[in-house]
Amino acid sequence: MSEQESDANEPVEMLRMPVELDYTYSAGTSASRFLRAFAEGKLLGQRCPVDGKVYIPTRGSCPQHGVPIDGEPVEVADKGTLVTYSIVRVPSENIPLELPYVAIQVVLDGADTAMHHVLSECELEDVHMGMRLQAKWKPREEWETSVGNILYFIPIDEPDAPYDSYKEHI
Amino acid sequence: MAELTGVVGIGQTKYAAKRAELSMPGLLREAALRALEDAGLTWNDIDAVVIGKAPDMFEGVMMPELFLNDAVGGAYKPMLRVHTAGSVGGSTAVVAASLVQSGVHDRVLTVAYEKQSESNATWALSISMPFSVATIAGAGGYFAPLVRGYIRRSGAPDDTGIRVAVKDREHALKNPLAHLQLEDISFEMVANSPMLWDPIRYLETCPSSDGACAMIFANEELARQAPNPVAWVHATEMRSEPTMFSGRDQVMPQATLDNAASLYKKAGIQNPREEIDCAEIYVPFSWFEPMWMEGMLFAPTNEGWKMTYEGATKLGGELPVNCSGGVLSSNPIGASGMIRFAESALQVRGMAGEHQVDGAKKALGHAYGGGSQYFSTWIVSSEKP
Ligand SMILES: [Zn+2]
Repeated sequence: MSEQESDANEPVEMLRMPVELDYTYSAGTSASRFLRAFAEGKLLGQRCPVDGKVYIPTRGSCPQHGVPIDGEPVEVADKGTLVTYSIVRVPSENIPLELPYVAIQVVLDGADTAMHHVLSECELEDVHMGMRLQAKWKPREEWETSVGNILYFIPIDEPDAPYDSYKEHI
Repeated sequence: MAELTGVVGIGQTKYAAKRAELSMPGLLREAALRALEDAGLTWNDIDAVVIGKAPDMFEGVMMPELFLNDAVGGAYKPMLRVHTAGSVGGSTAVVAASLVQSGVHDRVLTVAYEKQSESNATWALSISMPFSVATIAGAGGYFAPLVRGYIRRSGAPDDTGIRVAVKDREHALKNPLAHLQLEDISFEMVANSPMLWDPIRYLETCPSSDGACAMIFANEELARQAPNPVAWVHATEMRSEPTMFSGRDQVMPQATLDNAASLYKKAGIQNPREEIDCAEIYVPFSWFEPMWMEGMLFAPTNEGWKMTYEGATKLGGELPVNCSGGVLSSNPIGASGMIRFAESALQVRGMAGEHQVDGAKKALGHAYGGGSQYFSTWIVSSEKP
């Protein structure tokens, strides 16, 4: 579709040519197990065989050491510590969240990697590093093989984690 | 490296929100023609072409080098396309220089570009993944939590980022090619601009620009014939690391520290702060100036902000940084890294015009990209090593 109805002698400066992409995603063995567990409300991580760190979600290999992560799954809690965050006031067509929202990195208890998620049910001025959070799940009948089963995280009434306990995750 | 290599030509477009009068090939050609003019050369003098740009998803044009190569004189010549996210302009220059350093070619043209007016970078950087929740709104959404991490660990005053934003826009007023020309820029203006990705304010972010930057490299023998001063390449370096792993220092990645140490070793630099006269550092969000002052070993850990605060990074200061106005004043993403490299070369050639650092002999060009995971840098000098 062109925007050239004005003057025939004017140069054409812009054409709108939308591109659509549909993906078929093969999750692989490791991520499949993670996603199937998610459909049952369980969070499964796995240990790197080199340093023993628990990765979640699991992707089948350790990005740092370049080795397969194929050991027994480790169950991780659905609560954890907020390590860093941003209050986002910029819209993106790909993100169906109302502005402003709090984008967080949360390290779940029992995990050694941070997950990107959203914090809700919290006043913006109360958000801070080290606060303790709990996952808010969708109603059980809506669970599927998707990380979207966790709607967002909410604050819980526990003392803040000390900075030294989570600073290695920032 | 066997062959001593010099920058003999540099060409940049005017950077602007929308260069609607130019097609994508026209944009590259404008920069390339200016580089040829600077070098006193014609298309026939070029042996090979190296093209760089950021993710194809931005403009939605896959493998754009296929239809751009002829516009920059590449027909029937060896052509390479480089991609390392936001650092690509830097790594493209490194690859092009290496083709001459290795003796494979005698004279190489390199061009990097982005046409953001035909693109939606925030959309392209916010794609949802099957194994995570989409929360990261563009580059600002990714980097804001890291900036918060830097502020927490360094104890830097909250207004450090504001000071960088003012300084780089003041520098831009001395560079007619810079996109943003904010005559009335002030501390209050930046401080009062809206929070976009808390703690990053609107005026602490880079603009979206159209633009291209080109450079021509020649071996020592051919560089001697250049009509204008030559910037000699003393050292180049690149490093990468994964986006995410347990215990990763996202604020000060190992890859930046390794890159800096190796670059200085190759260039024979013992004390970068004393030996380097000026630097062009990739700073798309103002807080990355103090962060990369540490990441490039100009300042001790957690003290990079002091250089900004003391005015050391201003034109006329101890180590002027981004005298061109930097990424904060012009951001054609794929070209932004190459502009850093080209501007560092212009400084040592004495050709930076009103934003020239008096007597600059040795300069650093720097780019980073991805989730602070790709780094490319070089040292250029008016003197041979
Ligand atoms: Zn590992």
